[in-house]
This record gives sequence, C-alpha cells and structure tokens, in this order.
Amino acid sequence: MAFILSVINCSVGMFLERGNHMFEFKRIFQKSKYIEVKSVGNDGEKKPNIPSGMWVKCETCGKILYNKDLEESIMTCDNCRTHFRIGCHERINYTIDKGTFIEYDEFMISDNPIDFEGYTDKLQNLRDKTLLNEAVITGEGKINGQDTIIVVMDSTFMMGSMGCVVGEKITRAIEKATDNRKPIIIFTASGGARMQEGIFSLMQMAKTSAAIARHNEKGNLYITVLTDPTTGGVTASFAMLGDIILAEPNALIGFAGKRVIEQTIKQQLPEGFQRAEFLLEKGFIDKVVDRKDMKDTLTQILKIHS
Amino acid sequence: MATLPFEKNMYELKSKIDELKNLAIDQDMDLGKEIRQMEIKLYNMQKEAYKNLTAWDKVSIARLVERPTSLDYINRIFDSFMELHGDRYYGDDSAIVGGIAMFNGTPVTVIAQQKGKNTKENIKRNFGMPNPEGYRKTLRLMKQAEKFNRPVICLIDTPGAYCGLGAEERGQGEAIARNLMSMSTLKTPIISIVIGEGGSGGALAMAVADEVWMLEHTVYSILSPEGFASILYKDASLAKEAAADMKITAQDLINFGIIDRIIKEPLGGAHTNVDEMAARIKRNLEESIARLKSEPIESLLTKRYYKFRKIGKVIE
Repeated sequence: MAFILSVINCSVGMFLERGNHMFEFKRIFQKSKYIEVKSVGNDGEKKPNIPSGMWVKCETCGKILYNKDLEESIMTCDNCRTHFRIGCHERINYTIDKGTFIEYDEFMISDNPIDFEGYTDKLQNLRDKTLLNEAVITGEGKINGQDTIIVVMDSTFMMGSMGCVVGEKITRAIEKATDNRKPIIIFTASGGARMQEGIFSLMQMAKTSAAIARHNEKGNLYITVLTDPTTGGVTASFAMLGDIILAEPNALIGFAGKRVIEQTIKQQLPEGFQRAEFLLEKGFIDKVVDRKDMKDTLTQILKIHS
Repeated sequence: MATLPFEKNMYELKSKIDELKNLAIDQDMDLGKEIRQMEIKLYNMQKEAYKNLTAWDKVSIARLVERPTSLDYINRIFDSFMELHGDRYYGDDSAIVGGIAMFNGTPVTVIAQQKGKNTKENIKRNFGMPNPEGYRKTLRLMKQAEKFNRPVICLIDTPGAYCGLGAEERGQGEAIARNLMSMSTLKTPIISIVIGEGGSGGALAMAVADEVWMLEHTVYSILSPEGFASILYKDASLAKEAAADMKITAQDLINFGIIDRIIKEPLGGAHTNVDEMAARIKRNLEESIARLKSEPIESLLTKRYYKFRKIGKVIE
C-alpha cells in the first residue's frame, strides 16, 4: 500500500538551483502548509490520517514516523521498507550533486490538441496547485561527479500521465544524451497515457521509444528507475527499454490496471502481483534498490559504463 | 445483411425492393421501372447516410462481426501466403497471423491481427487481442523480413492488447515497448493498415511504420470509448459522446497529420464488397511498396523517425 505524503514547506532548503528565479520567488511567498497525510491502498478507500504535529503514521505497518526521521530515511518507513511517493524536485535533490542540476525546457506547458473540454482550465489549476508546469522534469547534472542527463516524472501532476509535453521533454532529453554521448537516467512515475490528449498521447509512446532506439544504436547507456506507480503507456514504452532497469521496493509496475485484469479473468489476483519483487521474479527488472542505496547504485553503474 | 442502427430505413427499403423483385417473378409482372426508381432512392440514401456518419457509427462499423478480417484480405491480395508460427520462447498466439508471401512478384512479410467470424473462432483468436507472445512473434517475423530485405505489411484490427494475468506475467508492457523500439529502426519498408479497430498500444505495437493508412470507416484510439467514458465521464454508457470527443476516426487522424492515407470503402462498408475493398488496398500497396523499396534505407529511416518525432502540440 502506497502512502502519499505531501510536504510543502517553503522554508527548509528544498530549493533547486535554477537559471531563472521566478520559481523560487513564488515558493517563498507560498503559504506554509501542514503535513497532509493521505493514505491510499489498492482500494483507494482508506480514510486520511491527519496528524496535528510533526509525525505521521505508516499505513502499512502502523509505525509512528517523525518528520526528522522521514527526511533522513528519504521518505521511507524504516520499519517495513514502504517507500512513500516523492515529488520530482525531492528526487532530484536526493540523486543529483548539490549545485550541479541544470533544468531543460522548464517553461513548456500543454496545449489542447484534441480540444478536450475543460482540459485547459484543469491544467492551469494544477499548475497553480502543484507549482509544477508538467508531470516531468528533465535536465542534466552530476551524480558523485559523473555527468548524466536525468528525467524525473511526478505523479502529483495529473497522475504523472504522459501527454505531448511529457513526450516532447523526454524525447529531447534522450536526444541530448545521444548527441553528447551521455548516459540518461529516467525515473518513471505514471498512471499511463494522458486521456485528454487522445491519440497524440498514444503517439508519444512511439516517439520516445524511437529516440531510445537511436540512443542505443550509438552505444549509449540508459538506466530506468521504476517508481510507484509505473503503469499503462509508460510501461509499454520507454520504461521497459532501459539497458539496466532498477525499481524501488514494492513499487506498482504493470501494463493493465488491476481492476481491468480482475474483470477480464474474473479472479482475484495473486499476492504481490505487479509489485517490483514480482517483476524481478518474472525476469523483467534487474534489481530492486532501496531509496537510501539508489544514489550509490547509480554511481556504480555509471562508473562501470564510463 | 448486417444492419447498423443508422441503416434501419435503408434496410426497410431494401426489403421492399427484394419483395417487389420476388413479386415480379411470381406474378410475371414488369416492375422494372418501379424497382429501378427504388434502387436509385436507396443508393442516394446510402450515399447521404455514409457521408454523415458519427464517430460512434464508425466504431459500430469497425466492430461489425461481418466486417472483413485480415485473412479475408491476405487471401485476396497476396499470392503463395505461407503462415509461420511461434515466438520461439513461449508459444504461438492465434490473435496474430503472420508469414511470407508474394506480392506481384515481390517477396513480402505480412503480419496481421486476426479477429474471429463467430464465437468459436473468436475464442480461438482471443477476439483479436494479442498476448506478449503475439508481439514477440511479430518481432521475430519482422527481423526475418529485415534479414531478407522483404517489405513488411501489417494489418491492424484489435480492441487492444490482452489484459490477462498471464499476459501481465509474461511482460505485455515490455513486449509492446520492444516492438515500438525495434520497428522504428527496422531496415526494411513497413506499411501498416488499420482495417477495423486500432486499439491503443496493442495496435501501435504493429504500427510504427513508414506509412500508416486507415480504411475509411475505421477508428484508432488511445482507449476504447467505453473505457474513456468510464474514466473521464465516470459513466461507461456515455461511450457515444466519448467517441465523438476523442477524435478517433480516420478523418480526424488524417486532419491531425497522424496517418498518411485513407482508403475509401465501397458504399455501405467493406463488408458489402470484400473483393472490391481488397482490390483497392492492393492498388494502394502496389504504388507504395515500389516507391518505398526504391528509397535508400537510411533516408527511409530518417523519415520514419521524423514522422513520429513531429507528433505533439506544446506551448513553449
């Protein structure tokens, strides 16, 4: 059971260094929010557990986790190993050497290619609410001194769904890596293709996969890190094409949604189905890596390929 | 005769015409003039109706049980078709029919998504919904075509990739992804034709091609209208509205620049005249295969890359 924690705290140093300071400006004047704790399981019906202090409760094992401990464990429960979902900025902070991140295409936002009613407004609301422009951040940086292009998806923006912007940003990042003979690391987190952009979203699967094909042909490295959740059109395209595919513990990774499968086969699904460990067993990923070990693991892989 | 909801009036008129014809024979009457007038009326009704089809009408036509399937076309368009089986890892997926054939003296590889004509066949063909082994068979046959410089023709007709437990365990996502990647750099011409339903990733996994065509009354979508309505409108019964909102018809897709050609169907739909439909597909293939074969492979691959690279609308 994944446990979503949104910690939006303007004062603690979670800023990214950015070329443009408008984003930081906005964050400084944003009201400080309390820690909101929502718990979701596969049934999505658990009630929110709203604490009034500096602690939260892990829904999986019930342990009380203090804010400070959570930060140190990089948003995981040290008791049961549950990895809570984190935003793209947090991910970049944990992974990329301080001061080395340069973002690409930060102002790209979505259009409305099939003229879907209400989509443009929904996007604007999301941009205001999440302070993200889209469901992915791309750029370059160093990991323990080694250059890499990095892509991090964020499931808080429209469930991390892939539309034209996500497809375009990722494709550009891959092409940049190919042209400069650099490795690329993509952290996936997505509910799949973005419905509101229709057939255009579907085509992003082909577009990103074709970019990976060219990257491969030139002998360049691509590492995927599958995080919770990674599903649908993202799983069926670039997510499963890494030279090396890592995953966080217990991450939900699959193609079809659980409910759809259950309706199709009219049976309950086995325990652990579509979790990272299940995929490891079935031979589809290389390694399950704890978040606290992720940076070291990536460092080691980059070193071997340098 | 297959009847769709919007064909009700025409069906009634057709019945009347048949009645008159029988009456003329039984009673030895000359009703030629009346019959001809009614036939002209029917023709005009059909022309009018088929000019104004809604997205949902198109979905209905694409899903008709009577609609010609891939094998109907393969047997009429290609000579000496030899079906080949298996993915060499796990099994043989009957939802995919693939093999080698001759096309006007040129060896080709044909790979198709195959639906059934009746319940028994549909169970055998899994309703045209491939498992990972189907996509892996497709890849094997495409790589073989590449080795022998044979153009590849893919026929698309699927509600989507199968969502079963086994499919998931055997890596449905990976199988689709691998096809998308491999097709994009396959060193031989590829033409993909949607002949019925183009169901999402399950269709795309065989449609990363130099040219993507759709028959006039086909649909190609990110999801079924029922699924779309269920997720975004919270009501699966709004499928008709969803079909219109999603912009999934051949006409929509060519306007978006996503497909390259629409092949017109005989009046009333492909199922009313399979031979004519097959002939039209064949004519289009004749022109295109010759042209694509004559192009240097590097240039072909560059164009193929940019065909998909350019798809997307963003604001910067």
